[in-house]
Amino acid sequence: MGFDYAPAPESRAIVDIAPSYGLFIDGEFREAADGKVFKTVAPATEEVLSEVAQAGEEDVDAAVAAARRAFASWSALPGAERGKYLFRIARVLQERSRELAVLETLDNGKPIKETRDVDLPQVAAHFFYYAGWADKLAHAGYGPSPRPLGVAGQVIPWNFPLLMLAWKIAPALATGNTVVLKPAETTPLSALFFADVCRRAGLPKGVVNIVTGDGRTGAALVAHPDVNKVAFTGSTGVGKQIARTVAGTSKKLTLELGGKGANIVFDDAPVDQAVEGIVNGIFFNQGQVCCAGSRLLVQESVRDEVLDALKRRLGTLRLGDPLDKNTDIGAINSAEQLARITALAETGEAEGAERWSPACELPSSGYWFAPTLFTGVSQAHTIARDEIFGPVLSVLTFRTPDEAVAKANNTPYGLSAGIWTEKGSRILAMASKLRAGVVWANTFNKFDPTSPFGGYKESGFGREGGRHGLEAYLDV
Amino acid sequence: MSERPERLAVLKTYKLFVGGKFPRSESGRVYEVTDSKGRLLANAPLASRKDARDAVGAARKAFGGWSGATAYNRGQVLYRVAEMLEGRREQFTAEVAAGSGISRAKAAAEVDAAIDRWVWYAGWSDKIAQVAGGANPVAGPFFNLSTPEPTGVVAVLAPQDSALLGLVSVVAPAIVTGNTVVVAANEKAPLPALSLAEVLATSDVPGGVVNVLSGRTAELGAPLAAHQDVNAIDLAGADAELAKELQIAAADNLKRVVRPRAERWTTDPGTDRMLAFLETKTVWHPTGSLGASGSAY
Repeated sequence: MGFDYAPAPESRAIVDIAPSYGLFIDGEFREAADGKVFKTVAPATEEVLSEVAQAGEEDVDAAVAAARRAFASWSALPGAERGKYLFRIARVLQERSRELAVLETLDNGKPIKETRDVDLPQVAAHFFYYAGWADKLAHAGYGPSPRPLGVAGQVIPWNFPLLMLAWKIAPALATGNTVVLKPAETTPLSALFFADVCRRAGLPKGVVNIVTGDGRTGAALVAHPDVNKVAFTGSTGVGKQIARTVAGTSKKLTLELGGKGANIVFDDAPVDQAVEGIVNGIFFNQGQVCCAGSRLLVQESVRDEVLDALKRRLGTLRLGDPLDKNTDIGAINSAEQLARITALAETGEAEGAERWSPACELPSSGYWFAPTLFTGVSQAHTIARDEIFGPVLSVLTFRTPDEAVAKANNTPYGLSAGIWTEKGSRILAMASKLRAGVVWANTFNKFDPTSPFGGYKESGFGREGGRHGLEAYLDV
Repeated sequence: MSERPERLAVLKTYKLFVGGKFPRSESGRVYEVTDSKGRLLANAPLASRKDARDAVGAARKAFGGWSGATAYNRGQVLYRVAEMLEGRREQFTAEVAAGSGISRAKAAAEVDAAIDRWVWYAGWSDKIAQVAGGANPVAGPFFNLSTPEPTGVVAVLAPQDSALLGLVSVVAPAIVTGNTVVVAANEKAPLPALSLAEVLATSDVPGGVVNVLSGRTAELGAPLAAHQDVNAIDLAGADAELAKELQIAAADNLKRVVRPRAERWTTDPGTDRMLAFLETKTVWHPTGSLGASGSAY
């Protein structure tokens, strides 16, 4: 049985992208001091969306200085007033959520279904959640009068551009810090639109500063001597470099890094639900998710049954125009990322794992990668160890719960894990033994502003979200 | 009848404490520990990089059992340490007074504070999870619970300004939550630390949960900070220069780091040092419904 869908594109007329954008410093947009710019493209079509300023050291310095000037009055505001600004921002984000969803889909390449139903609702919810904390910090368990740190330098990735911005900026502002944020090089637009949201919410100038650029801009921000707090989400390699950079300083550091999450399916799991969880775990956002369930550990006795159902399901996924409301799989974010995924998949084949993808026509322009399974994967294979950050699932098997735990924990990462079984005591026993910051039992890839998120081991340290997320921005 | 000669005291050979045993340094090295006037107190083992690695291995081996013990049990064990220490107050007072060059009265006060600190942390074992964790009211049909869990193997450079109280103040908060520890003792005054190992060995602390090394802090800090099976490091006993160097090494496997800072070991320690070596794990499960269809998903 086949389903045919008529195209159902979301209109891009709702978003008005300017031909160029400057840096947002001290409440104004301005060009980079040296006038450098770079282009941001739509990964689905390779269309140039806009030209964005490349911030150099001088610009980072100006942004940090603006944040420093704003800090005294922002941190001195009564918490209730700071909170009201955040509530305003949350409301403006809700009002403009369709516009921002379309923008995010254009700049990132992910399906509109996701930006509309996950990213944007979570973004607004995150500001709403932390807005409420601003005047309740004395009750958060960090002492009677916890103090902000000062200027926060924040560097975020391209996989959830606006949501990662929200995870960074909302708790920072609620606790009284001011921020300089650098969005990812390939997805700068939603952060620049957020700057406009701040202006419309009447946020005092200098409280939020946005500096666009590449890794050099991020490195300058992290190394800036007048930054008190560094928060980074991205690769483990860069995270380690940042940890070295802040060594010997008083900068507080939190890192949310890579992962190689195990999604563990026991023989008593309801197969159809588990399959939905496996698909969500690795194909949500094209697998470009640090907490992706990129290793499927399936109990040997149900391997064939689960794999058959999984392959059937993958055959129904729709890959294509990210703005189409029926699209399940969008574009890979950049040519560079596509090359990395392609190379790792080739390594998987070269090392002897068996590759499978559903019949899937890829668009002729843009960056695309078909949903891919590898079977016959051993723990020694590169694709079982390295974070691929793409729609590639490595399938391994196990016989006993102990073996599942040992295999799941056999990684330097420790961000996420999934457990699928009907047996409650087994869920709890497994959950307690898995060395991962988030464990999804009979579900996967669920997020909420109230729920702390972050890694064990080389997946980083510190938590974002919930009461725990305040700690990263307080002098405690 | 001739007068009996004055009894000759039996001196103690101070040894390392690794995996519940008391080995000498594999290097065969010792260094002279003196009092504040330069008089020889004892020879202490001058532990090597190899000793540090052995200690990490012992700590890793002990982690599963200790972190898997009930919080109540860990609390009982820490309280037992306080009991054992109380019984050896005189010995520790003498060692602290001699090693730190302080008066007997001041040393006695430090020993008392150290005993009381074990009691303070013993009581935390089954409370910290309630303070640091909790249920999260997510916007959806899910049960969602955050629980603190021990980070793993923690390397500790004991403070240089307080041979016993400082040591207890950095070791107890790490182990009470289920971590295991390799501690480099106060460099100049290691004897209270080595004697504390004897107390731990007779307090139901499982072997390998605390491993005590004496020697040069910088020499031991380097392999501990670089060790890929150490999860965290407390740099209390490092000076600024060493701390920077060790933080750079610790970045290789993203150890959790507690930087050195001005400390007053006599004040209320708070929860900082426990929280520094805890990971927050958040578990989700659908709550579903109890509809007639029977599905809970």
